[in-house]
Order: sequence, then structure tokens, then C-alpha cells
Amino acid sequence: MRRTLLRPWKILFALAMTVALSGCRYEVLFPSGWVAAQERNLLVISTVIMLIVVIPVVVMAVYFPWKYRSSRQDKTDYDPEFTHSNKIEVVVWGVPILIVIALGIFTAIYTYRLDPYRPLDYAGLENKDTPIEVEAVSLDWKWLFIYPQYGVASVNELAIPVDHPINLRLSSSTVMNTFAVPALAGMVYSMPAMETKLHMIADKEGTFESRSGHYSGPGFSKMTFQTISMSEGDFKGWIQKAAASNAPLTRTSYLQLEKPTIAEPVHYYSSVEDNLFDRVVGLCVEPGKVCMSTMMMQDKQGGGGLAGIKNKPAYEYDDERAIDSFGNPINEGAEPTESHDQEELSSLEVQRGTHVN
Amino acid sequence: MSTEVTHSPQETWSPLFGRLTLDWIPYHEPILVGTFAGVAIGGLIVLALMTYFRLWAPLWKNWVVSIDHKKIGIMYMVLGFIMFVRGFADAIMMRLQQALAAGGSEGYLPPHHFDQVFTAHGVIMIFFVAMAFITGIMNFVMPTQIGARDVAFPFLNNFAFWMTVAGALLVNISLFIGEFARVGWLAFPPLSGAAYSTGPGMDYYLWALQIAGIGTTLSGVNLLVTIFKMRAPGMKLFDMPVFTWTALCTNVLIVAAFPVLTVSLALLLLDRYVGTHFFTNDLGGNAMMYVNLIWIWGHPEVYILILPIFGVFSEVVATFSGKPLFGYKTMVWATMAIMVLSFIVWLHHFFTMGSGAAVNTFFGITTMIIAVPTGVKIFNWLFTMYKGNVRFEVPMLWTTGFIVTFVIGGMTGVLLAIPPVDFQLHNSLFLIAHFHNVIIGGVVFGVYAAVTYWWPKAFGFKLDDRIGKASFWFWFVGFYLAFMPLYALGLMGVTRRMQSYMDQAWQIYFVIALIGALCIFTGILLAFFNFFYSTINRKKLACGSDPWNARTLEWATQSPPAYYNFPEDVHVRGKDEFWRMKQEGFKWSGNYSPIHMPKNTATGVVLGAMALVFGFAMVWYIWWLAIISFVLMIGTVIAHTFNYNRDYYIPVSEIAEIESKGTVA
Repeated sequence: MRRTLLRPWKILFALAMTVALSGCRYEVLFPSGWVAAQERNLLVISTVIMLIVVIPVVVMAVYFPWKYRSSRQDKTDYDPEFTHSNKIEVVVWGVPILIVIALGIFTAIYTYRLDPYRPLDYAGLENKDTPIEVEAVSLDWKWLFIYPQYGVASVNELAIPVDHPINLRLSSSTVMNTFAVPALAGMVYSMPAMETKLHMIADKEGTFESRSGHYSGPGFSKMTFQTISMSEGDFKGWIQKAAASNAPLTRTSYLQLEKPTIAEPVHYYSSVEDNLFDRVVGLCVEPGKVCMSTMMMQDKQGGGGLAGIKNKPAYEYDDERAIDSFGNPINEGAEPTESHDQEELSSLEVQRGTHVN
Repeated sequence: MSTEVTHSPQETWSPLFGRLTLDWIPYHEPILVGTFAGVAIGGLIVLALMTYFRLWAPLWKNWVVSIDHKKIGIMYMVLGFIMFVRGFADAIMMRLQQALAAGGSEGYLPPHHFDQVFTAHGVIMIFFVAMAFITGIMNFVMPTQIGARDVAFPFLNNFAFWMTVAGALLVNISLFIGEFARVGWLAFPPLSGAAYSTGPGMDYYLWALQIAGIGTTLSGVNLLVTIFKMRAPGMKLFDMPVFTWTALCTNVLIVAAFPVLTVSLALLLLDRYVGTHFFTNDLGGNAMMYVNLIWIWGHPEVYILILPIFGVFSEVVATFSGKPLFGYKTMVWATMAIMVLSFIVWLHHFFTMGSGAAVNTFFGITTMIIAVPTGVKIFNWLFTMYKGNVRFEVPMLWTTGFIVTFVIGGMTGVLLAIPPVDFQLHNSLFLIAHFHNVIIGGVVFGVYAAVTYWWPKAFGFKLDDRIGKASFWFWFVGFYLAFMPLYALGLMGVTRRMQSYMDQAWQIYFVIALIGALCIFTGILLAFFNFFYSTINRKKLACGSDPWNARTLEWATQSPPAYYNFPEDVHVRGKDEFWRMKQEGFKWSGNYSPIHMPKNTATGVVLGAMALVFGFAMVWYIWWLAIISFVLMIGTVIAHTFNYNRDYYIPVSEIAEIESKGTVA
């Protein structure tokens, strides 16, 4: 009998040990980059501030019902008239207000400091003059990282030199994802036809598990990549390795890469066509498509009007990328729609737009 | 195992069946075939038993066509519990999958299935469990608390319920015919658009929510008018019980927020059905508009769920502490403050979508401000117990468990409201743990407290005490086992909705969470067993009309209340009117006059059935059926307006007879 009673405690103890031993994996609490460390500090500060009120409330929630239980011996303290007290009102409104003011001040300071659009001017960095630019694109279901300064690109592997600020531009090919690197910066959304930014830095060398944090379809769970922080020398070597891969990233090969795949292995591109990322954001990598920026300009000038309807395919994007419930492309092999030359088309539209106006 | 399916059925369309073909029946999925067999056998047994005991006519006459707010309230609770079983089955499947699928293992659910499960779990739990529960409790309790005989629009109430049922049925049909959406519970485009969510799943989602949404909006209007127009003579707004106050604020939120949901889903429907481009990538559509719109509904929605539950706890704490609620006015103003603030915090759901520091700071701080009135409420409950006479009945146990749990959930909620912290915790399992912490610790605990508290009023006997306590402890411990590991995982950077993962160190946490879920499962089984056991022993558990020595008017009725609730008009002089009546030894005068009551009608259930057919036809593009059912629906509504035979007077003799029986019991 006694033996069986002990068993659950043994299991609990074993579980507690496992949890304790895997402590080094708490990347949010023990991060490897300045941004994530600041976020962690704010997490800890806020928790401590809130515990000032949370702990007394939990204690009261257990103590009051016990103290005033109906089975107690001495009921002289029962006072059914006690339903209002100005003193208590002041405390129950005042204390939470003070706590929210304190939290609010920290929130404002840190939100401005850690604005993902803001370069890391606060971090007191030695190498702050040489940020590494990276353009990250979430595709179905893999990540593309373009290094415009070096003219190379990689898939599902983000290499960065340690102690260098990294300036990320993010966008997506079809649906929303988040670029998530808990050890360095947390997450920011990558969204089609939109560009977001994130600044981050690695304080130590290492390999950090990273992934898409926003559900994006059948291949989502395997949409992971590694962020590898390495010495300056290793980073140069990594760039050379990519440059030697002899696979150029052109608009054509991008369209090939864009096709849905799950768990795509790491591979590299030796060169990158100019302005490819801007075309990704504009949804106009494909020949014959009007870029979003052009479309907005046309709309501002009055749009294409009825006569523009025949140009509709040049503004359409989604149907060619349609997938079924398992992630298979539906229109596989469908040729890109009849193409006008981009520049010709846009000038055409602008003219028509001014007419409408 | 199943034969591996890796393609959706071919998209075809025929005039008769639309795009529905036999390929859409998932007979190759052993889990679904098993579920179907279970549901079919269970259903047949129920049908047979009902036929054997000749229960069809009573079911139809006393329940289905009933416009009695108490019966509709109970039917909402039944719907809530049935859908709870479905939603919880999804939860257990997810916990099991994530406990298995570590380090290269694929578990037992492929993404195609797993993604439907997490979407269905969220949709069902929010729209058809939590919403059904709070609407049910408001329906049953609120009119009796304000001394009314029914709601303002009794037919509308019945109609709203059957629309909700139609939506719930549509979700469940998707289990066996076709598939459900794989988009997450809020269905962000472009993923939920026509190109990236082909097939009927997303359309099931949209039509189910649109149909049920009509019911919710109408029910909100109905209950709001009831509170404003149907209060007993003399009852001023500041004499209303706090539960009625919270119901008032919740229904204001429903009326203000649900149209936003309807509109955003309607725009998405247009994108999917007629090729508009509100939220697509094509032709300048922008998904961020949907994200803003859906959260402008979505944030008030969580307060729609929690406010009435705050009201439940207010009633429970006051009753079982033997004291009036501490700081009644503060409580009311805090509720109204939360109601207003809930509309200016929606952006905290997407700090990470690239808004600037100024916007993020604003929405972060407005969110924290909500913690102030919420904190005040918690202090008021605590000071109601202070110097009280606290009886540890089961509802009080749930309340104490709620306060402890909810405070932790509130704290993690404020952490998520801090934008830089949210950059780490957004979309992580920390977030999942947080909102289950407040929804289980708040809404679910509150629903159990409410069911235990008002059960004797509804049925005339109490629920068994020991089983109730056991159920609470399994739930309480199970909750912490199931969700504390998710907080830990969130701090490791583990994100939500993963069908599988590589890092085996995470697995032990998922296993603990599974154990917690099984613990909760035991708690649920015990609760159901309690309903059954107590009903069997109802003679022994029978109690009078006021078993808890309560304070508010609903306890002045018989248990169960007569269908007219109060034999005479109640004249209210202040708060806690029933308490005063008891002090003064109140008795009904016996000078009854005929009571004006509405008549039952089958129009509501007929309209609900047509809405279900319409939804199904639209999902499968069966246009002829959609047109016919829609025209019939409109026709039925118009025909119903010509029905002038909708009310009657209860004769004095009948009231006297029912009341004399009531005094004996």
C-alpha cells in the first residue's frame, strides 16, 4: 500500500529534475543578443512590479475564506454591514493605478528603445558603422535570406557575424508568417506586399533555432531555419561558400524556388538579381505583373477605369499560386499570364489615370 | 494505418450536387470513421430510447418550440456542454499529437488533419461553447433577477437559439462531409482567401459563424431591451443585481461588436465567392484590414465572455459570505469602465505586425489600464468575504479557484500587453497558456460555479456535493498541470500550432500537459456523472426554493420556477430585494390577476433548419438549393408577421393552483 502511495511523488521528482536540467534551453530568459536581453530585462522588471500586488491577492484569496469560514468558533467578527470603506476603496483603486503608471513608464521607454524599425543606436556597439543588411522572404514553406552587400543568398540558413548589427527587411510571398529568432530578437511578421523591419545583434557565437511563428499552411511546422552567429572570419568563409555555389538567384530561379515545398534543405545562391527583394515586396517578380508601388501611383491618379479591365491579369497574383488542402499547387505548369512589358504598361495606365481625373 | 492521401479531391461542379462528390467523404480516415460510427450508434440509441419512452412530443412541445426564457437558457447550456465534448476531444487530440511528434516523429495526425483540429477547437470553444454558456446563463438568470416574466422578444429568443444550433451543426457536419478550415480560429487572409484555402473547409467556417452570428446579435438586442424595459416596478438601474449589470454591459458589447464580425466575414465571403479583393494580394487588397477588423470584434469578445462570469462570481461570493457585495457601486463602474476600454485595445493582438513605437505604446498602456478596474473587482470579492460568514459550498470553491488562477492569468496578460515583451511571447505557447489561464480559470470555472449555483433553481434539487468537489479538484489540478508547462515552453521560444517539432527536450513538457488534460477530462466526466447521479437521486437532493439563503429576486420564484416566474408583480425598493423580503417575512398576497404571456411557436426552429440547409448549399455551391432555402426563409419570416395569435392570459385559477403546489414543495 505504502509503496504505491510513494510512486506518484517519485514520478513528480523525476519530472522536476528533468525540467530543472533543461534550464539552459529557456532562450527567452537566457538570450544571446542585446535586443532579446533588453526584452528579457523588461519581462523580469514587469513581473516583479506586478508581484507586489499579485502575491498579496493570492494570499488574501486563500486566507480570507479560511479566516471567515462559517465553521469557525468565534463569530464575533462577522459584520454583514461592512460593505463600503473609503479607505479600502482608495487602496484598491490607488495601488493598481500606481502599478500601471510604473509599468506604463517602463513600457514607453522600452517600446521606443526596442522599436524594431529603429537601428541599434542604444546598444553601445563597437561595430555599429558596419551593419549587415539581410532581406528575408518567407516562402511556402521555407525562408530565403538575401545579402545585398555580398550579392549572395541562402535558403533556410541565416548566417551572421557576431557583434555586428543586423538590419533585416522582411516580406512574404503568399501568406503571413513571422520571422522568429527567440535567442536574439523575438519575432516580427513577414507579410505579402508589405515590408517590415527588424534590427538585431548576436552577442555570442552559436547556432540558434529559428522558425516561422505564425501558422501559414500545411508545411508550417517544418518551416524552421538556423541562425548561425559566427566570427568575422567564418562569416567571410560562409559568404565565399555561398558565392561558390554557382547558382544565380534570378527572377526565373526565384519563381522556381517560390513553388511550395516542405522541409527544403539548406542551399545557397551565388548571385542575386538587382532589386529582387523590392520586386518580391511589389509582387512583381513574375514578368508582366505590375508592381504594387506602380499600382498605388496609378490608383492615386484615378486608376485604370473601365478601360483598364482588360489589364486585370497584370494585377493578379494569388490564383497562379493556389494550393489544395495538402499544399499541392493547383495550377502547376500554368504559364504566366500574357505579359506586357512592365514599364510600357505602367506608363499606359498613368496616362489613362490622368484622363479619369 | 490509413492509406496515405496527399491530394484533395478534384474540383468539379454539377448542377445538382454542386462541388459535392463522394470523394469528399473521408472514409479513408480511420479516426473520422470511428467517430462517425460512435456518433451514429449513440444517436440511434438516443433515437430508439426517445421513441420507446414516447419523448418526441414532449420534447417538441415543451422545449423545441418553447419561447420560455428559462427553457431556452437550459437548451443553450445543453448545446454548450455537447459542443464542449467536441471541442475537448479536439484538445485531447492535439495534446496527444504534440506529446508524440518530437524529434522527427510525425505523431498520428498529419498536418492536414492536425490543422483542422486546432482551428475547430478554437472556433467551437469560443463560438459554440463559451458563447452558448454565457448566453444560456444570461437567459435563465437575468429576467428572473429583474422580476420579469420573460424577455422582451420571446420569439426572437427562440429564433436566436436555433440559429446558433444551425451554426453548430454546420461545423459538425464538416467532420463527416468534406473538411473543416485549416487557418487558425480567426482565419487571417490571405491564407483564408480563395487561393490558399481551396475546398469547402473555409466556407464551412464562414457560413457557420455567419448563421450563428445572426443568433448572437439578435439575442444581444433582445437581452438589452429586456434589461431596459422589463425591470420590475421600482427597480432602478442601480438596484439591479451585479449579474444583471454585467449582462447589460456584455450585451452592449455584443450589439456593438458582433456587426463588425459579420461585416468582416461578409467581406471575406465576397472575396471567396464573387472575386472581390478586399483582403487578397491581388489588385491592391490588403489583409491588414481584416486583421484590424476582426480584432476590433475579437477583443471585446473576450470581455463579452468574462463580464457575465464576473457577475456570477459577484452573486456567489455575496450569497456564500452572508454579506451584500462589497463596493456595489465600484463594481458597476468598474464593469462599465472595462466595457468602454475593451474597444480601444485591439491592436495589442498584433504589436508584431510592424506598427511603430507610438502606436504600440498607446495600445500597450490602454491594455494595462484595463487591469485597474479588473483588479478592483477582485479586491471587492475579497473584501466581501472579509468579516463574512463563508460557507464552502461547491460554487464558492470554484470562486476561490478562479481568483487564484485568474490573477496569474491577468499578470501574464499584462506581460503580453508590453510590446517589447510581446515581441518574444507573441504566437508562443506562453500566449496559449495565458488565454487558457483566463478563459478556463475565468469563464469555465465561472460556468461550473453558475451551473452548481443555479441548478437547484432550474430543477428543484441540488447537485451532489462530493462529486462536485471532486470535479473541481480534478479541474483545478489538471489546469495547472496542463498549462504551466506551456508557459515554460513559451519561455523557451516554442510557438503555437506545431504539428511536429525536432527538439526532444520539449517533449517532457508536452507529456506533462497531456497528463493535465487527462486530469481535466476526469473532471469533466465527474461533472457529467454528477448531473446523472443527482438526477437519479433528486428526491434525496430536493431543496426548497431558496437553498443557499440567497439575496436576489430569482430565488423568490418556485424551484423550478413556474413558467410565468412571479405570480404577482414584485415592487422593488432597493438592492438585494429578496433579502429584504425575507427579513420582512414576505408572502404573496394571493390576489392574483390574469398574467399576459406569449405563445409557443415553431417558426424559430423552422427558420434555423432552413438556415442550416442554406449554409450547407452555399458551402457546396448547390445554387438551386441555396436559392430555394433562402426564399423559403424570407417567406417564413413574412408569413410569421401575419400571425396575430401569439399571446394569451393565464387564468387566475391556474395561477392559484400552481402556487398552492409550490408552497407544499
